[in-house]
Amino acid sequence: MIIHEYQGKDLLKEMGVPIPGGRVAETPEEAGKIAGELGKKVAVKAQVHVGGRGKAGGIKLATGADEAEAKAKEIIGMDIKGLTVHKVLVEEAIDIESELYLGITLDRSKGTHVIMFSTEGGVDIEEVAEKNPEAIVKVHVDPMRGLLDFHIRQVCFAFDMSKENRKALGTFVKTLYKLYIAKDCTIAEINPLVITKDGRMLAADAKVNFDANALYRHPELEEMAEISEEDPLEVKAKEMGLAYVRLDGEVGIIGNGAGLVMGTLDEVNRVGGKPANFLDVGGGASAEVVTKSLGLVLSDPNVKGVLFNIFGGITRGDEVAKGIVAGTKALDVDRPLVIRLSGTNEEEGRKILADEGIETAATMEEAAEKIVSLTR
Amino acid sequence: MSILIDKNTKVLVQGITGKEGSFHAQQMIEYGTQVVGGVTPGKGGQTHLDRPVFNTVSEAVDKTGADASIIFVPAPFAADAANEAIAAGVKTVVCITEGVPINDMVPVREAALRAGVQLVGPNCPGLITPGECKIGIMPGNIFSSGPVGLISRSGTLTYQAVDALTRAGFGQSTCVGIGGDPILGTYFKDCLPHFAKDDKTKAVVLIGEIGGSAEEEAAALVKELGIPAVAMIAGRTAPPGKRMGHAGAIVSGSAGTAAAKVKAFEDVGVAVPETMDGLIKEVTKLIGAPVAN
Repeated sequence: MIIHEYQGKDLLKEMGVPIPGGRVAETPEEAGKIAGELGKKVAVKAQVHVGGRGKAGGIKLATGADEAEAKAKEIIGMDIKGLTVHKVLVEEAIDIESELYLGITLDRSKGTHVIMFSTEGGVDIEEVAEKNPEAIVKVHVDPMRGLLDFHIRQVCFAFDMSKENRKALGTFVKTLYKLYIAKDCTIAEINPLVITKDGRMLAADAKVNFDANALYRHPELEEMAEISEEDPLEVKAKEMGLAYVRLDGEVGIIGNGAGLVMGTLDEVNRVGGKPANFLDVGGGASAEVVTKSLGLVLSDPNVKGVLFNIFGGITRGDEVAKGIVAGTKALDVDRPLVIRLSGTNEEEGRKILADEGIETAATMEEAAEKIVSLTR
Repeated sequence: MSILIDKNTKVLVQGITGKEGSFHAQQMIEYGTQVVGGVTPGKGGQTHLDRPVFNTVSEAVDKTGADASIIFVPAPFAADAANEAIAAGVKTVVCITEGVPINDMVPVREAALRAGVQLVGPNCPGLITPGECKIGIMPGNIFSSGPVGLISRSGTLTYQAVDALTRAGFGQSTCVGIGGDPILGTYFKDCLPHFAKDDKTKAVVLIGEIGGSAEEEAAALVKELGIPAVAMIAGRTAPPGKRMGHAGAIVSGSAGTAAAKVKAFEDVGVAVPETMDGLIKEVTKLIGAPVAN
């Protein structure tokens, strides 16, 4: 789950991390009012779940309430990489002395969390990592004991810094880690971490993502999820408990198991089709699950046909077939379907489907070719 | 021969009285696995599926001599269950549970490493040595005994590959479903040395998917160990930034793309076929046509 910059900053502020003064606004008038209250030069920043908003014109400077209102009017409603801006963050413009980078994320290959710090902040950190890896220090925390004081020193003494800045950085590392663990983040990143001309260290931006598996223990974070930012079909799928991702093609895909569904997408692409979605129904395929998933996929008007790829494991193929038949009967299916059914009792299963006039295939390759030719 | 588990492995089922635990324990017993007991706190002293139930893993290990355990407890309690098995001295711990928080798994993985325990999973189908021992949820009937070792991040894609191998006459030595989460107890690189030492295993099939760098690390090790191998990668056409079902299957930035993984394997001379027919052809190239029984 991803949240907005202003929400990330609110979380940082709760933990006591210094951030620039300001608030979020949903209308230009409100933005003007906030700028008036701040009484100084402000930055009006689009709140969208996509990178590169600065280059797209989503960040503008303004002096005074009137100018801030005018800039907010330009930004709200703007389209940035396909997403509409609904909110802007109005905050004090900072006189920047230098820009740093501080981030914490999971290092999968090391099996623990890693603190990353660089004095070259404000730019794409992946670019820095590629072109100038020495400019980033990485410190892995102890997987059982977490962040220890010496880890913080390893970060703070990695580059030449003043004593004051080093002390401020240490506090940032400690607090950001506390937030990262307390909220089960998968990334907590401050880029840039700014040193102002008047000597303060501030989090000028914040990017925080959360572990979806841990959301059950953070009901407060669920409330931050903005439904309007998410694809309506993905929202609906989530409510139904299905793993669904919307894609931009015309072949609907349903299968059991994440890897199998990914493999099916690859196969459809390989034979010249374009998948409209990823949908993993998990183990088995009861009539209820089939009805729900087919209904969901067919509610996408771009879908011209659906490929069902089921590997019957412990659930027997004939049972799966009965589920599919019951499911298709419950729905008024007006587009072609191809069912690839394999595994235990596959022949019985395919016979049940064929008797109902449903197109079947023995292999994934055959199924992909059939559905692609039917939807062309 | 085989790796990690065989006909002598004694298995405990943590969560044996639950719906999933009960169903799969029964399936494992039918397959021939030596299921020696189960653990459900509060139900100690009962008998379930003709097996004794214990309150704690340590008591179960004392009474049964179990050296492996399989975990079916719900996600919020799965990490604790794994810790309990590790502390009780179980040698192979298989965590089937899906949805375990990353922060819970980081210390468990480390505890397993320090104790020399082979933790497999979480969010995995388990492992099987065909004809001898199944510690997992895979359909046993599609597997057959033979010379191909298999390691995979995906469940159903593994079944598909195994089904194709079995139909083509290639049996399997041991198949390890390592799971689809970002933090796992066992990665490809942890299984490869076992397969390299196993006399029965003539070639290894690795089934990877997008996200992380486990496949790249595996490719380097395949070269070092000089094992005949074939790889498949799911998610070649997955868009960046979207979680494709598995928590670990997400391409972020330039990391974890299918293209990088395919290249890593091809650079060390490991073929990466796109179809099951291709897989069978490559396995045949490595070890010759299967010997008819």
